[in-house]
Amino acid sequence: MPQNADNVLDHFDLFRGPEYQQMLANKKKMFENPRDPAEVERVREWAKTPEYREKNFAREALTVNPAKACQPLGAVFAAVGFEGTIPFVHGSQGCVAYYRSHLSRHFKEPSSCVSSSMTEDAAVFGGLNNMIDGLANTYNMYKPKMIAVSTTCMAEVIGDDLNAFIKTSKEKGSVPAEYDVPFAHTPAFVGSHVTGYDNALKGIIEHFWDGKAGTAPKLERQVNETINFIGGFDGYTVGNIREIKRIFGLMGVEATILADNSEVFDTPTDGEFRMYDGGTTLAETEKALNAKATISMQEYCTEKTLPLIKEHGQETVAFNHPIGVTATDKFLLEISRITGKPIPLALEKERGRLVDAIADSSAHIHGKKFAIYGDPDLCLGLAGFLLELGAEPTHVLATNGGKAWAEKVQKLFDSSPFGKNCHVYPGKDLWHMRSLLFTEPVDFLIGNTYGKYLERDTGTPLIRIGFPIFDRHHHHRYPVWGYQGGLNTLVWILDRIFESIDANTNVPAKSDYSFDIIR
Amino acid sequence: MSLSPAQSVAEIKSRNKALIEEVLKVYPEKTAKRRAKHLNVHEQGKQDCGVKSNIKSIPGVMTIRGCAYAGSKGVVWGPIKDMIHISHGPVGCGQYSWAARRNYYIGTTGIDTFVTMQFTSDFQEKDIVFGGDKKLAKIMDEIQELFPLNNGITVQSECPIGLIGDDIEAVSKQKSKEYDGKTIVPVRCEGFRGVSQSLGHHIANDAIRDWVFDKMDPNAAPRFEPTPYDVAIIGDYNIGGDAWSSRILLEEMGLRVIAQWSGDGSLAELEATPKAKLNVLHCYRSMNYISRHMEEKYGIPWCEYNFFGPSKIAESLRKIASYFDDKIKEGAERVIAKYQPLMDAVIAKYRPRLEGKTVMLFVGGLRPRHVIGAYEDLGMEVVGTGYEFGHNDDYQRTAQHYVKDGTLIYDDVTGYEFERFVEKIQPDLVGSGIKEKYVFQKMGVPFRQMHSWDYSGPYHGYDGFAIFARDMDMAINAPVWKMAKAPWKTAPAPILQAAE
Repeated sequence: MPQNADNVLDHFDLFRGPEYQQMLANKKKMFENPRDPAEVERVREWAKTPEYREKNFAREALTVNPAKACQPLGAVFAAVGFEGTIPFVHGSQGCVAYYRSHLSRHFKEPSSCVSSSMTEDAAVFGGLNNMIDGLANTYNMYKPKMIAVSTTCMAEVIGDDLNAFIKTSKEKGSVPAEYDVPFAHTPAFVGSHVTGYDNALKGIIEHFWDGKAGTAPKLERQVNETINFIGGFDGYTVGNIREIKRIFGLMGVEATILADNSEVFDTPTDGEFRMYDGGTTLAETEKALNAKATISMQEYCTEKTLPLIKEHGQETVAFNHPIGVTATDKFLLEISRITGKPIPLALEKERGRLVDAIADSSAHIHGKKFAIYGDPDLCLGLAGFLLELGAEPTHVLATNGGKAWAEKVQKLFDSSPFGKNCHVYPGKDLWHMRSLLFTEPVDFLIGNTYGKYLERDTGTPLIRIGFPIFDRHHHHRYPVWGYQGGLNTLVWILDRIFESIDANTNVPAKSDYSFDIIR
Repeated sequence: MSLSPAQSVAEIKSRNKALIEEVLKVYPEKTAKRRAKHLNVHEQGKQDCGVKSNIKSIPGVMTIRGCAYAGSKGVVWGPIKDMIHISHGPVGCGQYSWAARRNYYIGTTGIDTFVTMQFTSDFQEKDIVFGGDKKLAKIMDEIQELFPLNNGITVQSECPIGLIGDDIEAVSKQKSKEYDGKTIVPVRCEGFRGVSQSLGHHIANDAIRDWVFDKMDPNAAPRFEPTPYDVAIIGDYNIGGDAWSSRILLEEMGLRVIAQWSGDGSLAELEATPKAKLNVLHCYRSMNYISRHMEEKYGIPWCEYNFFGPSKIAESLRKIASYFDDKIKEGAERVIAKYQPLMDAVIAKYRPRLEGKTVMLFVGGLRPRHVIGAYEDLGMEVVGTGYEFGHNDDYQRTAQHYVKDGTLIYDDVTGYEFERFVEKIQPDLVGSGIKEKYVFQKMGVPFRQMHSWDYSGPYHGYDGFAIFARDMDMAINAPVWKMAKAPWKTAPAPILQAAE
């Protein structure tokens, strides 16, 4: 009996004991009708070959292990960035259970969101009654300042009209007539979670600026000196937005952070559950119309939002999740140009420190090959950083990246000698990546938690950067933006490189001559 | 935080009743009326818990429930390891449920085993407009080409499939024919069907009946010689290895486990189950349907059991043994005796640290009752419980065998109600899911996820109970809870505060 009260064995160790091993072997042999081990081995080896890769890349219909989620997740993520706002997703209720779980598993935080709980009858008759009852219940129970509505694919397939439904709900008294219920159609079968972020944010901005769905006069723009800032769908939103606020503080830039969910995804444990915390106030959202410009940190998260803002007369500037020295320089220069505020010495010093750190460590990164996957903007940001470290982002893959994105990545490769042998893979999934890692191996892989399966199968060490990260804690509290963020990213990459070197040089009397104490 | 022992059952009952009245006040009238039927204070001697269940959730209240797809793909089918389960529809459902349930298995993932992978048809707008049947057929071809060692395919329908009129049954039949009678199972588990995960369990059970059992060649030679001691474990998803720490006990008492449904299970095991002499059923809620079917069609009796905590384990081992001869009955006694010293040691170590502590639960369809005995073995008391997707037969079992007089019962609890209840009752521990975990931890209440075992486990069986006891102690007695309040905050305030 392996279990012991004094030293309780977890699943890690318990099942490795002879009793369980014997039991599992018998189960397999007697009852599972297992494949011939030689055949399993043959297929396992075959799946590593260029021949398999060719078949794998010839796939037209099947998606295996994609690196993207669906629109409403992004809509929920954006909505909770507004003060006192509860996201209300119109459609099947299981979806909302999934978004909440997904966000909670990444941030290790509560994630509040409601559903209109549509079932078969709503599929037949439409979900109007669900909307009417749902808005009334949410309003009374959770006393939100705003309810931001989006949709699941069910509501989209049956063609529910949010604008009309919300209007009717207000007429029926679910919420007061003047109460803010912005909305966005977010079909799961179009785009990905970054699209949903874009649609939801656009819906909210449109609501406040353009007359609240015909119930109020459109706002008149009176330009001032402030700027707006949009982070986009970002697993590092907590650390990143705080860092951006600090940078703006140092520069004396007056900025409105739109969809600021950095507080609600990082609430304290002090005896109080905060369903709402922080967030862009509704008044700030209205006033954001008057800003002279809007900065988006993620172009592909704001493809519809930025044009809307531009139509209202603002200058818009989009970045691609800027990470590292050059990208941060560009970001700060743009902020400085737009606001007329100089870049202060304090930031210049931070820049110098990042350059210093790179100089100290670059020998360990220079020439190393990396595979990267993630959301389109993050891929661009990371690839740019690797290039300036002298590394090669050999494979860059985004399941939710399109043709325009691929061209942009190619342009980035072309801008550096280190990008010469690098390739971009739009619309591909992690099973494609698996073939790439077998047939064109790299030194390191950068991606989210699901990358651990690639690490296990191909032996490529994984550096966890992206969303979601379920199996490492608290990295989302650190920024990857700004020079400080660049330093964090550098350290995460370096830590993995050093661990990897140590792990490969630790066999006594065999490889441990390289088990150096100084690196 | 514990209730004062001086508090009488009558006092607890009246407090709980007042609490229910209070939470109902927040709702609009119509909703309050509906929710009132789901909340109750248990009266000893009653046949059920006095609540309505398995009814549609109310829009906008923040139900904790999921959907039929989650019940089929996520619970019943997903763990069958040698089959490929296609999440058929848009990308999200498969993505959010990808490897999240900790159904442990042995196998070479991606080659002969596929549990922790996400196969999806990733529906685009054109698939909605023109239908997805052709795409589905092509997906099956691509699966055959790239994953040749798969032993079968299931189609797990997401919402749009049933709405756009796709004929996944026709595609499945056609492809099965093309691939020499390969097992291909279409499952109509669209998320909008039914009121929770529960209908998905039922639909998934029926799909096994129709597309596995009924397609089997009755003249095929059995893969093994039957014995009088063959049993199948039904309704154990091997979360953190639960089915393994259960199987070992059944085998030690002399039984032979010929199938696991569905944790670490395989198609061959599903197919072999009609040969079992007894089906032992852990999660009644999700797999009573197929157990009843096998009883009717193949004459296999089934027996519910409970492998949480030594009291219930011993009771269950004896109950299971009662279906067999003396050899097995003696085997059960031998197993109970063998593990007694371990159980004594675990209880001696942890009971003093947990005695008198109170627990509130809200879990799926089994654990709201099944784990109560394990807590009681540690001297703890469950003061509130409720099911996410239980039916009345679950509440009957709960009332008749598990809960104490005065226990607060909440069916399909809303976020608001659960916070209020916990705030007022102030239990020492809450056991629920990931969506609830951080809410209560922020409030300073120790919490354990009782779906995923909070990434620990197994909790089933004797080996699992040691881990369960250690985990509950670790949650409740962690030093962190003493630090929640800053020392300079001297003003007296309630320890727990729900969101307004």
